[in-house]
Amino acid sequence: MPQPLDYRKETPSQTAGPYVHIGLAPGASGFDIYSNELGRDIAGPDAPGERIRVEGLVHDGTGAPVKDVLIEVWQADSNGIYPHPEDPRFAKVATGFRGWGRVITDFDTGLWSFTTVKPGAVRGRNGRMQAPHLSLWIVARGINLGLNTRIYFADEEKANANDPVLNMIEQQHRRATLLASREMRDGKPVYRFDIRLQGENETVFFDL
Amino acid sequence: MKPAEYHQRDRLWQPPQLTPNYKTSVPRSPRQALLSLEQSMSEITGPVFGHGDIDPIDNDLIRNYAKTGDPIGERIIVHGRVLDENNRPVPNTLVEIWQANAGGRYRHRKDTYLAPIDPNFGGCGRTLTDPDGFYFFRTVKPGAYPWRNWVNNWRPAHIHVSVFGASFSQRLITQMYFEGDPLIAKCPIVNSIPDPRAVQQLIAPLDLNAAIPLDSLAYKFDITLRGRRSTLFENRLEGN
Repeated sequence: MPQPLDYRKETPSQTAGPYVHIGLAPGASGFDIYSNELGRDIAGPDAPGERIRVEGLVHDGTGAPVKDVLIEVWQADSNGIYPHPEDPRFAKVATGFRGWGRVITDFDTGLWSFTTVKPGAVRGRNGRMQAPHLSLWIVARGINLGLNTRIYFADEEKANANDPVLNMIEQQHRRATLLASREMRDGKPVYRFDIRLQGENETVFFDL
Repeated sequence: MKPAEYHQRDRLWQPPQLTPNYKTSVPRSPRQALLSLEQSMSEITGPVFGHGDIDPIDNDLIRNYAKTGDPIGERIIVHGRVLDENNRPVPNTLVEIWQANAGGRYRHRKDTYLAPIDPNFGGCGRTLTDPDGFYFFRTVKPGAYPWRNWVNNWRPAHIHVSVFGASFSQRLITQMYFEGDPLIAKCPIVNSIPDPRAVQQLIAPLDLNAAIPLDSLAYKFDITLRGRRSTLFENRLEGN
């Protein structure tokens, strides 16, 4: 017998279930228990950059909106710096910038939204720049293991065309499933990003 | 040596997305293959939390929503460690839990089970692991409850557990079950996990050594997050 490898196995995932809201977003689901609900303010009041709203629906394979999803977002600041000690430029991250948020969908309509600052481009592997993007993690009843995807911005055409991740998607028409479209509403920028869990135009999900 | 990417997720150990006996997974599971991504700064970083984010009482579910007295139910302590696949502790990471009350009812607007709400039980808690990865909660043991899947499905008693780790690629939600519960083997959600050894990893043993005599029983639940490779030779995420 060779020597044993003594790695542990990752704990298996289980669905977040229908009541994930009381655990991770009690205030947003109308349950007042914590003095500080986490994940409500991604950028903080002082971070520089363009303030944007991002919104959308999550559709199931029948086309119906999913009304019990919880989404977490992780992003760099407007200079492309992550608020994490392993980012080499961490010391220069925007003041008060958390980079992380969580939202739940409206129980009646399924619409979700958050406000933040638009991230800057971040360095990818081997020195290639990645287009500005938000990383998403999606959990819900019926999802056995959280789904990872990214939101890119449709108006960043040049950066998107050179993005190493978008370019890895073999079927070119599927790249569009990761692009949020931009519109102005009451003078403020709103990005729309619909997620399709299954079926026509299924969103590209990642194995990270 | 400089830490690099996280080990790939073992997709044969984790549940697949499509598990038809758990019916809701049928319309909610992607049908296209996942795109394998070499990790970049976006994946090896993640949110950082501190003691300023939470209150000390947040890990005590017996007291954190008590109005007129203690909640009804079997008093238990749930404790354990968060480790990674390389057997290293994961310190200072946020652990959040939520659960039904002792009768099997959640304090959630969508839960209509006939068992009553407990006025003194909220059913959620959170804490940070200590420098050695240890965490603990005090709560009451949740009850089993029926759910709409097959006509007569019952969830085994369980506590939902959410853990962050140090990066967005370690993010994990799971459920903790209790040693000896005959409903575990019959549950379609448990059985979404293909390998029976992986199911054992979710069953917390009774831990009498951690019980408080004349007060609370205890269960031990260790959690393993993805570990990371060390760069023995250069393969820089950031280029040269």
